[in-house]
Amino acid sequence: MNAHAASGVSYGGFRSAALGVAWRSVHNFLTNPTLFLPALVFPLFFFTAFAGGLSSVSRVPGFNFPTGYTAFQFVFVVLQSSAFGGVFTGFGIARDFETGFGRRFLLIARHRSAIVVGYVMAALVRACVTLTILTAVALIAGMNIDGNGVDLFGLYGLGLTVNLAAVLWSAGVALRVRSIQGGPLMQIPVFLILFMAPVYVPLGLLTGWIHAVATVNPTTALLEAGRGFIAGRPTSVVLAFAVGAGLALLFTAWARGGLRRAESAG
Amino acid sequence: MNRTTLLQIGHVARRSVLRTARQPAQIVPALIFPMFLLAVNSSGLQRATSLPHFPTHSFLTFALAIPFMQGALFSVMNAGTDLARDVETGFLNRLALTPLSSASLLTGLLGGALVLGIVQAVVYLTVGVAAGASFAAGFPGVLVIVALSMLLAIGFGCIGLFVALRTGSGEAVQSMFPVFFVFLFLSSMNLPRNLIQTDWFREVATYNPVSYLIEAIRSLLIKGWDGEALALGFGIAGVIAVVAMVAASTSMRTRLVRT
Repeated sequence: MNAHAASGVSYGGFRSAALGVAWRSVHNFLTNPTLFLPALVFPLFFFTAFAGGLSSVSRVPGFNFPTGYTAFQFVFVVLQSSAFGGVFTGFGIARDFETGFGRRFLLIARHRSAIVVGYVMAALVRACVTLTILTAVALIAGMNIDGNGVDLFGLYGLGLTVNLAAVLWSAGVALRVRSIQGGPLMQIPVFLILFMAPVYVPLGLLTGWIHAVATVNPTTALLEAGRGFIAGRPTSVVLAFAVGAGLALLFTAWARGGLRRAESAG
Repeated sequence: MNRTTLLQIGHVARRSVLRTARQPAQIVPALIFPMFLLAVNSSGLQRATSLPHFPTHSFLTFALAIPFMQGALFSVMNAGTDLARDVETGFLNRLALTPLSSASLLTGLLGGALVLGIVQAVVYLTVGVAAGASFAAGFPGVLVIVALSMLLAIGFGCIGLFVALRTGSGEAVQSMFPVFFVFLFLSSMNLPRNLIQTDWFREVATYNPVSYLIEAIRSLLIKGWDGEALALGFGIAGVIAVVAMVAASTSMRTRLVRT
């Protein structure tokens, strides 16, 4: 008899609770157009607007990204859509707790952290769906990729790490606020941190306050590593994954705290 | 317009203005969100001013026209959501039982959007001046910008009223936001049309009326007095206002008949 079995906690119970929550969340996402379409349309729209409307920016003196401006912006949109996939899953958590469904989860799950794990799994599935469609559209639009398969795997790995951090952040907020009114609190910090990075031009071409902020913004490391992957010149890979893992760990603690608050609220 | 009509408009407008003023959730995003995007874009894209033929050395001055369009989008949301709530709660039904005319009701309902439009314009211009934007057309140009903002607030506010009257749902009004956001992003918002490299994007921006609304304001900031840009901007804003007002008043009549 192992320690878990001895303490009355079975892996089977944990797994089935997590899978149940994940299945419900993914099913809602895939079958409800009001959830599925915005999650898909917004990244595509940002990609189109940035890569299409700003492509002349690649002619700015000092801009050196031979893979092309479409690929340059693709990396940002990968990270952005991954982050917002996590945030939108947070909206779902808030809605579940607002309607009382979350309370039922708390009553039936023997191991309540399985609820959060289930939502995390759902967010990862959502991100995979969005990233697949986004990549297909980018390739149809003629995006160049100079990196190899391993590099691309690294880029998507970064995206999924960002998705993990974002869903844990949003889960922490949702479990504390337990109302969809907490939506802006989940969304705005993510929006701010993403846009205060070198979105349109590389860090070296930024000037003024945005350069100072972008230099210390963790998103910058993720963006630079992602752009390195797609250009086939991996840079700051260890730093980027360390930043991603650090954020995920930090927000795991935040989400656990949220779960405790939801439990005490009953 | 007789005294009774003016009195009716005044009452509805007062309610609309107070209602907007009492909802920070309507005012704060309309002021903060465009200013945040202005700060980020003007810094992030400053290097774009070194592109050949870029019309100014300050991306801040170039980008200062954008918040006015974003403010117009908030007019759609605010005017529409308030009226949709009146429909949902049955308040419009009660108004229909009074001698209030539909024209007075519509005009009065635009009061909140119009006042917010003026506040937005003043805030955007003040922030622009404080951040170092230049105004090639001087103070008279600033007044023209405020006038165009008011026309935009009326036109876009009417679109919000139209959607609210047609659907009677606040959610439907809110769902218009992404649609208008698409129009904004697929315009000459971030670069002058002649510098947009991607052919299809430049075509879309050329047919997109939002480009001309932005370019009218931008011309006053960068060039000075450009008759063509101003005529196009005011012309398009006027057409939007008239068409949206006719559509809203037709829907109002239908809605009141249903009542």
